[in-house]
This record gives sequence, structure tokens and C-alpha cells, in this order.
Amino acid sequence: MSVSETVKKIIAEQAMLEPEDVTDASTLEDLGLDSLGLVECIFGIEEAFDIEVPFNANEPEKSDFDISSVASIVTAVESLVAAQS
Amino acid sequence: MKRVVITGAGTINALGNNVPDTLEGMREGRLGIGPLEFPNVDRLQIKIGAQVRDYDEAANFNRQQIALYDRFTQFTLLAAREAIGQAGLTFGGELAARAGVVLGTAAGGMNTWEDNYRAVYEEGKNRVHPFVVPRLMNNAAASHVSMEYNLKGPSFTVSTACASSNHAMGQAFEMIRAGGALAMVTGGSEAMLTFGGIKAWEGLRVMSRDACRPFSGNRNGMVQGEGAGVFVFEEMEHAKARGADILAEVSGFAMTSDAADIVMPSQQGAGRAIAGALKDAGMAPDEIGYINAHGTGTAANDKTECAAVAGAFGAHADQLMISSTKSMHGHCIGGTGAVELLACIMALRDGVIAPTIGYEEPDPECALDVVPNVAREARVTGALSNAFAFGGLNAVLALRAV
Repeated sequence: MSVSETVKKIIAEQAMLEPEDVTDASTLEDLGLDSLGLVECIFGIEEAFDIEVPFNANEPEKSDFDISSVASIVTAVESLVAAQS
Repeated sequence: MKRVVITGAGTINALGNNVPDTLEGMREGRLGIGPLEFPNVDRLQIKIGAQVRDYDEAANFNRQQIALYDRFTQFTLLAAREAIGQAGLTFGGELAARAGVVLGTAAGGMNTWEDNYRAVYEEGKNRVHPFVVPRLMNNAAASHVSMEYNLKGPSFTVSTACASSNHAMGQAFEMIRAGGALAMVTGGSEAMLTFGGIKAWEGLRVMSRDACRPFSGNRNGMVQGEGAGVFVFEEMEHAKARGADILAEVSGFAMTSDAADIVMPSQQGAGRAIAGALKDAGMAPDEIGYINAHGTGTAANDKTECAAVAGAFGAHADQLMISSTKSMHGHCIGGTGAVELLACIMALRDGVIAPTIGYEEPDPECALDVVPNVAREARVTGALSNAFAFGGLNAVLALRAV
């Protein structure tokens, strides 16, 4: 499974959707994910890829981990996997 | 209805091992937060906290006591000793029967849980000390205070996360006001600065890695502290009759539930608790000169709290002072409301308003007088202490100068 597929599967599970309903352009808001859903997604991503995601819920905009869309999350995960593997 | 006053105060926290040192720390705007020191801290992402430093349990308790007293119980007993000593009460006869202990803690004997889990899971031991259960139970501290001081009335422990102490003190207040008790030892304690305690909080991603900056535009989360605050609440006529030194009057209390979200605070729930405490106290909004804020330094709490205060006080919100002493002693979780009540007493009794330190830039969503960085002298006759817990449980105490 690619990084993109795995991330979408994790997000879909939290959003209680089918993975195909999670598109690159989707935002977390579109998918109905609240702040707790987001931290659960990040936890799922850390576990799935064995990486540390630098994310502070108090200042999401300052984090290198861009959560503005599913595509941006996938890109961020890809670079973390490359940097931390 | 009886009136309720505070006749004794005690504490141990990162700012000091007693009330005078703590108040001096608050006056000076001293930072109690620093690098955490305990096993495996290298495996944490969050490495700062407001620890009680250079603490030597053997200097305060004997070996048999230590076998029974978790760190949160030890903190409680040290604070209780100071508070009851100041009150000058000896409990016997009718007074003992009508005096009790209500304390708050969120995690209770966390160190005991952790040490023994390490022993059985990590080290593979198959035997633990026989006192693990009486040491870790959340009511251990309240029970030991009752035993130490012969308090034979109602005693129990309240656990409502970060509002535990305020809920506890609210119960103590209401028991005396209703005429059921003459004196209550009350407050709270927390000692969850452990590897597991911080690891659990890390997961929520609301902790700051560098500093607690409540209300500051660049705040980035909470910083945990530890410690205890314990007070003697006493029926006013009883205190006056014996010529006790009265620190302040507890004038009102209110608690509300957001009934909304397990972690996100609610302006409406907080606002109802603030307005409720004023109403319960029979105080007009303009009687309140100082609020000790919940002020955790998270994005969510601080803007919600400021909006709640602005909503509850209307135009007077711009006249009052509101500070978060968590910037100095950290967030003492279930003990925090009790440690913070000291700042209210200092405001009412000494006319010194504790600052919000670490304040670096304004936030338009927190546009109140947050007493940035430097303590201030001001005459204040009424104060509130806010506590808003995870789970949407809010508890606000109102105090009046005497």
C-alpha cells in the first residue's frame, strides 16, 4: 500500500467513511473530523509509519506538518518517512 | 445560612514549600518551570515542568509513613500541617465530629502505580509491596489528613480532572454554609510529573515544549506542575469567637457542566459558572477586582475563558484584573485550584495581584488586563477563582475580603 493509500485509510477510519471517499482535495473539515479525530489520525500515522509527527494542536499553522488537505498530509508524511527512516 | 471563612492556608509547589515562599514567588513573578528530572525523561518529547525540587521525603516522614504515603499524599500532609498550624485549631469532641476533609486529585497515587507497574511489567517481578493499594487510592490523602488531625466528620475525595480542587473546596464550603460542619480541611494535590503522566499528556498534543504563556498571542500549550494547596474553611462565628486570624471569606460557589465535548471548553459553560458564583455570593459583577484564571496557555482555553469573562461581566470585564499563575507554578492538575486560591487570598489580603508571566504579545481574543509579567499593587475586595476541567466540568469560587 502506498503512503497515500495508507494515510487515506487511516483518515477514512477516523471519519467513518470509505477510503475512496477521502480524496486528495478533501480537507479534514470536509470529512467531518474534529480536533480529537485529528490527533487520532496523527497517532495512527505515527504508528503505521513508525515516525514522529511534529504537531502541536495549539499552533497547527506553525507546524511543518501541513494539515490543510489530505494531499498536504500525504506530502508531509512522505517527507517525514524519508527523513526519519 | 452560615458564612464561611478561611483561617489557615498551606502549600507545597514549584514556587515554594510553604505559603510565604509561594506568595513571594508570585509577587516576584518567579518561574517555577524547568527541565524535568525523572527516569526515562529522554524518551519524552515534552521535557519541561514545574517540579517540586530538592524534595527529600525522608526529611519530612519516617520509613513507616513513607511506605504508606505516595508523593501526592506527602504533599497534602505537608500543606495540611501548615494550614492547620496557622488556623490554630485542635480537633476534639464536638469540633472533631463536625470537621472533615474534602480534597481534590485527578490521578491520586500516580507514582505508586508507575513504580509498581515498572516492577511487575518491566522488571518482571512477581511480588509488590503490601501497601500498594492503600498508597495509590485517590482518597489516601484525605484519609491520612483525617487520621493525623482527628477529623471525624464527612471526608472524601473529589476527582474532576483540572477542576478537582475547586469542586472539593466548593463541597467543603457548602457543608459549612449549610450548618453541617464547623470546619473543613480542603484543597487538593497532584503528583503526576512522572514518565507515564507526561507521556499520556503528550498524546493530546496540547503541551508546550518551551514555556507556559497564558493569554499571550504566541502561547503554544500547557506545562504541567505538581503540588498541593490545603486550607482550613471555618464557620465565621466559630472563627470569630476564638479570635482566629481570618484570611478571607468564601462567599460563593457554582459548578456547571458543558454537556458538549470531552476536551474542548465551552464559553457558555464557563460563563454560567462565573455568573453562578457571583449570584451565589450575592456579589455584583463590579465587586470583583481580580480573577485567578484557569489560564492554561492552550489556544482553546484562553480565548474561551476570556470570552466567558467578557460575557459574564459585560463592561466591567475591562476594569478587572485576570491573571494565570500557571505561568509560574505550572498546571497542577487536580491540585491547581487550591494552589491558585493563594493568589486570590494575596490579592484580597495583601493588595498584591500575581502576574501572568511569559506574556510576550497581545492576542485580540484575550483582550483583558492579564497583569502581564509584573505583579501589581491594587486594592481588591472581591475575587474569583476559575477552574474548567476536561469533560466540561466547571467550578468557580467567589471570595470576599474581610
